[in-house]
Amino acid sequence: MKSQLRWTLFFFLAPVVLWLFLLIVLPHIDLLIMSFRIENDAGDMVWSLSNYLNFFDEPIYWLTFVRTAVYSITVTFLTLLIAFPLAFYITKVVGTRFQGFFMTLILMPFWVSELVRVYGWMILLRESGVINHFLIKLGILHQPVEMLYNDATMIMGLVYTSMLFMIVPLISVLESLDDGLVEAAYDLGGNMWNILFKIIVPHAIPGIVSGSIVVFMLTLGNYLTPNLMGGKNSLWFTEQIYNEFIASFNWNQGSAFGFLLLVLSSLVIWAGLKLSRQKLSSVVQ
Amino acid sequence: MQIDLSVQHVTKKFQDFTAVDDVSFEVQDGGFFSILGPSGCGKTTLLRMIAGFIEPTAGRIEIRGRNMAGMPPNRRPVNLIFQHLALFPMMTVAQNIAFGLQRRGEKKDVITTKVNGILERVGLPGFGDKKIDQLSGGQKQRVAIARCLVLEPTVLLLDEPLGALDLKLREQMKVELKKLQAEVGTTFVYITHDQSEALVMSDKVAVMNHGRFEQVDTPPNLYNRPHTPFVAQFVGDNNAWSGRVKHSAAGDGDEVVTEIETGDGEHFRLRGSKRFEPGQEVDLFLRPESMLIEPDPGIENLNRFQVAVKAILFDGANSRLLVHPLGKETELLVALPQNRQYDYVQVGDRIEIGWHERAGICFPRETASS
Repeated sequence: MKSQLRWTLFFFLAPVVLWLFLLIVLPHIDLLIMSFRIENDAGDMVWSLSNYLNFFDEPIYWLTFVRTAVYSITVTFLTLLIAFPLAFYITKVVGTRFQGFFMTLILMPFWVSELVRVYGWMILLRESGVINHFLIKLGILHQPVEMLYNDATMIMGLVYTSMLFMIVPLISVLESLDDGLVEAAYDLGGNMWNILFKIIVPHAIPGIVSGSIVVFMLTLGNYLTPNLMGGKNSLWFTEQIYNEFIASFNWNQGSAFGFLLLVLSSLVIWAGLKLSRQKLSSVVQ
Repeated sequence: MQIDLSVQHVTKKFQDFTAVDDVSFEVQDGGFFSILGPSGCGKTTLLRMIAGFIEPTAGRIEIRGRNMAGMPPNRRPVNLIFQHLALFPMMTVAQNIAFGLQRRGEKKDVITTKVNGILERVGLPGFGDKKIDQLSGGQKQRVAIARCLVLEPTVLLLDEPLGALDLKLREQMKVELKKLQAEVGTTFVYITHDQSEALVMSDKVAVMNHGRFEQVDTPPNLYNRPHTPFVAQFVGDNNAWSGRVKHSAAGDGDEVVTEIETGDGEHFRLRGSKRFEPGQEVDLFLRPESMLIEPDPGIENLNRFQVAVKAILFDGANSRLLVHPLGKETELLVALPQNRQYDYVQVGDRIEIGWHERAGICFPRETASS
């Protein structure tokens, strides 16, 4: 009986373990090893730290790195600011009848690929795009303005792309908020801000943190949106990694950058969990 | 006596549905006023209007003479204890109680003193640092009460706060709540569908049905002198007969003696203050405890009839006999006192039942339109 149970467990766990090991752990070990090796003058591979030292020597690398981190945090924060009232509205203000309808509205853009969504924005925003066309027709502008290829547009695109991943955990956590708590706080003399920061936000913290983690990781690792909407001045760190792997064909340098990004995202998430006094295990539930 | 809460002709309509229909009442300072009614009778709507969560469609609510129209809940001198208590799970007991005081901007040391004082008062000294989920049902109850009382509201509103407790604890909390109210002297407005809670604790009870007050009275008056058939049936148990008046005339003194033939052919005589028209359709109500089992033949003014015992419903002090008059379908509940006097009664026995002519309560039959 017991051994039978163990065998079923093994049977169902095996694909997961294999998948994790073969597709995640093994390649990462390989990349880690690669990141510590360079080609010497004789053309032989030797152990070295210079891939990592390069990162600190070249300002363009670590500037892009810091920029990516700061912008990812900004995007996460902006997404939260927009998603929170929206999630509150959907769960608490509109009736249960319309909740599904609103959820579908939010889901709908995600039925098409990210590429199509970004091109949609580009059609709207580019110099010969829809918005410029109407602004000139209405006489507000005399010359078309290039609205693409700057940081603000890129951040907007990233926020738009991440929205769903923030709204879903927020909705599920706000749904479990007893309306009575809000009413009780109101009855005891609380105003809108007290109630928000003393009752609703503390209740929603696990959802806020888990949504933020997902949005932050997705944004940090995003390649398409910064590349297409950000233009040449808005370099994202993933583009640096891409350049090393594909353009320079320097896999060793690329792996080192990849690991730096992994360390960065782990550190930021760790700091976020510490700041919000949450445990990873309770947040991912 | 000062009037703490005055509700005047308050009506609340939700589209076509009238939840509260022209209700008026006043509660004196320090009173314990209960609103008793079945679920869906509009009592919660009424309470939420007093608390300020809903605005009345018409009418006026005054607290200590101040009109409350348009005033939000956080500025009214009333506090509400919610049905499910709504304690804040993210805070400790002390933080829960301090919430309202902090909103008023009181000083830290004043808050600490007040929180400790009220915890002592509700019998939970030293519980300040506990988490809400560490408390038992009865303790949560007391924290919810403390959280409101610490703000010294003019009126404390309670929305069936004992509903979630088990029977034993409910009985205990009933007595405690009554004692606490007498101690602190705050005016309580309590809504419930449990008549025993209302009768035990209140100075005055309003019986509510379909958005209207059927009767506002003291608990003994509600029980002994119901004004409407609904009150007679809702407050306490009652046996009901429908019948027709044969004869109604002044008897000795002020009393009116009425003879009634019930639908199943029994003849009863009734003494009361009300006079009926002969031929009038009436409903007759009789409490289980006003029916005597095998009464002494010497007692006068009893309506006597033979019944067969169908079942014995043993429930300690609340034991009943389920009987039906010989050859008839009507089922009646008769109180069975547990004083060993009636131990001989068995299922299937024929016994005589008697009730005093003053014990029955009679109402003209309500027409179908009402």
